[in-house]
Amino acid sequence: MGPITEANSFYSSLYEMFTGLKIAGVYIIPEWLAYFLAGFLMVFAIINTVVIITTVATWAERRLIGRFHNRLGPNRWGPFGLFTPVADAIKLLGKEDTRPEGVDSWVFNMAPIVFIVPTLLVFAVIPVGENTYVANLNIGLLFIVAVTTIGTLGMFMGGWASGNRFSLFGAMRAVASLISYEVPMVLSIVGIVLLTGSLSMVDVVEAQTIPFIFLQPLGFFIFFVAASAEMNRSPFDVVEAESEIIAGYHTEYSGMKWGTFQLGEFIAPFGVSAILTTMFLKGWEGPVLPSHLWFFIKVFFFWFILLWIRATLPRLRIDQIMAFAWKILFPLSVLNLFVTALEVLIWENPTITQLWTMAAINWAIALGSLVLLSRAGRSKISTRAVRFGRSEIVHDKSGKVN
Amino acid sequence: MPFRTEPVTVNIGPQHPSTHGVFRLRVTFDGEIIQDLEPVFGYLHRGSEKLAEERTYTQVVTLTDRLDYVASMSNNLAYVLSVEKLAGVQPPERAMYIRVIAAELQRIASHLVATGFLLQDLGALGTPLMYCFREREKILDLFEMLCGARVTFSYMRIGGIFQDAPEEFWPNLRKFLDEMPHNIDDYESLLTGNEILLSRTKDVGVLNAETAIDSSITGPVLRATGVEWDLRKHDPYEIYDRVAFDIPLGTVSDNYDRFILRILEMRQSLSIVEQCVEQISDGPIRTEGVPNLVRPPIGDAYGHVEGPKGELGFYIVSDGGIAPYRLKIRSPSLINLTAMKDMLVGGKLADMIVTLGSIDINMGEVDR
Repeated sequence: MGPITEANSFYSSLYEMFTGLKIAGVYIIPEWLAYFLAGFLMVFAIINTVVIITTVATWAERRLIGRFHNRLGPNRWGPFGLFTPVADAIKLLGKEDTRPEGVDSWVFNMAPIVFIVPTLLVFAVIPVGENTYVANLNIGLLFIVAVTTIGTLGMFMGGWASGNRFSLFGAMRAVASLISYEVPMVLSIVGIVLLTGSLSMVDVVEAQTIPFIFLQPLGFFIFFVAASAEMNRSPFDVVEAESEIIAGYHTEYSGMKWGTFQLGEFIAPFGVSAILTTMFLKGWEGPVLPSHLWFFIKVFFFWFILLWIRATLPRLRIDQIMAFAWKILFPLSVLNLFVTALEVLIWENPTITQLWTMAAINWAIALGSLVLLSRAGRSKISTRAVRFGRSEIVHDKSGKVN
Repeated sequence: MPFRTEPVTVNIGPQHPSTHGVFRLRVTFDGEIIQDLEPVFGYLHRGSEKLAEERTYTQVVTLTDRLDYVASMSNNLAYVLSVEKLAGVQPPERAMYIRVIAAELQRIASHLVATGFLLQDLGALGTPLMYCFREREKILDLFEMLCGARVTFSYMRIGGIFQDAPEEFWPNLRKFLDEMPHNIDDYESLLTGNEILLSRTKDVGVLNAETAIDSSITGPVLRATGVEWDLRKHDPYEIYDRVAFDIPLGTVSDNYDRFILRILEMRQSLSIVEQCVEQISDGPIRTEGVPNLVRPPIGDAYGHVEGPKGELGFYIVSDGGIAPYRLKIRSPSLINLTAMKDMLVGGKLADMIVTLGSIDINMGEVDR
């Protein structure tokens, strides 16, 4: 067995199944092929699970947004409209794949693939249950940070190659917000790394004697905000702000290329929820229920919060988003990093009591700094009094002048 | 070596999700910043003014429905007022009260649409819009009781209204009047305190009072600049001189003022309807002796109302025939648009969309 498979029970059982296959006492599958087949099956299973769950989630999202909107949502196809995503997929596959004149066709066709692959790659290092992962990379967190960045390249390629000015606006906004939000996002992860002492996602889960959401409230807030900004969820959805730049970078796309972009966008909240679950909510760990189920419950919890925010808030302006990243999130993440580093320095191997003390300090700092920062911005964003004109009745009912 | 950059010209519209119809803005951007802006109208031109010359005075009422199709009652009222002025017809009292009730309900409906679409332009994925439309539906239900239609009412006639309000109208109106203040409270708690909304609308799209008056801007856009000008007070028509109401005025004249003014005006309209319901008495709803084929004497008249979007006026010239010789519509949407450049140059792309939403235009009225 290779080095990446130790303790990966799913993988090793698959591997042993293939190597153990024999016909008439002869092992028919060589070791290298079994190694490959087991890995392939694992990747196949993960990718398809993610895509199928996302497809069902598009239905759930539309139904839930319908409820938020005070309407029913799609309910025609199948029970509760459950087949709507299937109908959508068939429609998308049957659509004409138009391409405007003057596009850079190579880049134009590559962009959806460049966009969707990183969102799927994220799931390679996420443990979706006890001992269930494709790879336990010792640099898992770094891998996630590196890979998610590539998705923005896909957006930029799409926006640039389209030769449409709205697409260009979207592409430029995507790059600008990525560069801004990558910094606080990475800095917020460093707090986790300090506490864990490892970049491996499995180690991160196992290091959580108490969930890191208690130990790293500020880190959680920053990561949550920065991640929703990076995947263009409301209120940071300037990249494809419908009321401003139509559909942003994928304005010119149609058919399944558009569908690929859309699929990537629907997978992204799952990726972020999975990362949040792993880093802040003890990943797969939980009592009674099987570990895989716990993982999905937690993922759907975060997914629902993301949806809730999306259905509620208006959009920020691009300059406000940039200012928010550099003036609020960046200082906060540096503060968080500083405090966490100090704590790790003081309590090198913390007991439970010390961990809860740490949590108390961190919560106090998180709430205090957030309140202070919002106070500082308060003067600009308070409501304003309105005066009134005259209000006397000029005539009475019979038409007599008062 | 510095990069060579050049401004880029973008056509916002005529096909665009947030131009409120088929409206086109030719905008020159420096990055995201607006350098120049030119509104281009005419994509929805149907020749309503010319069509009116081929219709009898009563038939023109149906044309006015199609001007500002989210405020048809106000259009009806403005038109019949002008013809009544021209023909010297005095409508009976009950008809005037019902007309004012309809016009004020229409103002609430129109302001709900304006608020909902402003929030849609701000990017709030439809939730506020749907909530605003929920209340608008109730108003449309009331109108359906009055005249059987939900959008193109054609409810008003020269010398009165088409038919008296039915029995079930009054209890339903009562219910609406009792519920609506709480719904407006809901909007206020959801929207006016929202920090994203405040930071997006405050000090954006500022219009100074001189420019507003010079451009002949009216309605909430003018009142947001602090100029006290409301035709219901300053040139009272119908029975507006018998009801008490305040005119909310803005202080900074930004998008936030225009937004909050509409919410306050909804409350004032509710109080006007409330007073009308108290004061209304039984009586005829059509003036005796006004034929369906009205032949006003030779001459001209200008009648105007304070519509939801501003001063809506009809200038009618009569040659003594059964159809207007000339009909000119003063549409507030078109005139309110003309100051867009003053409000927006130097602002951002996103501000432009929000400002357009806060001016509250309706393309049916802009292009006529």
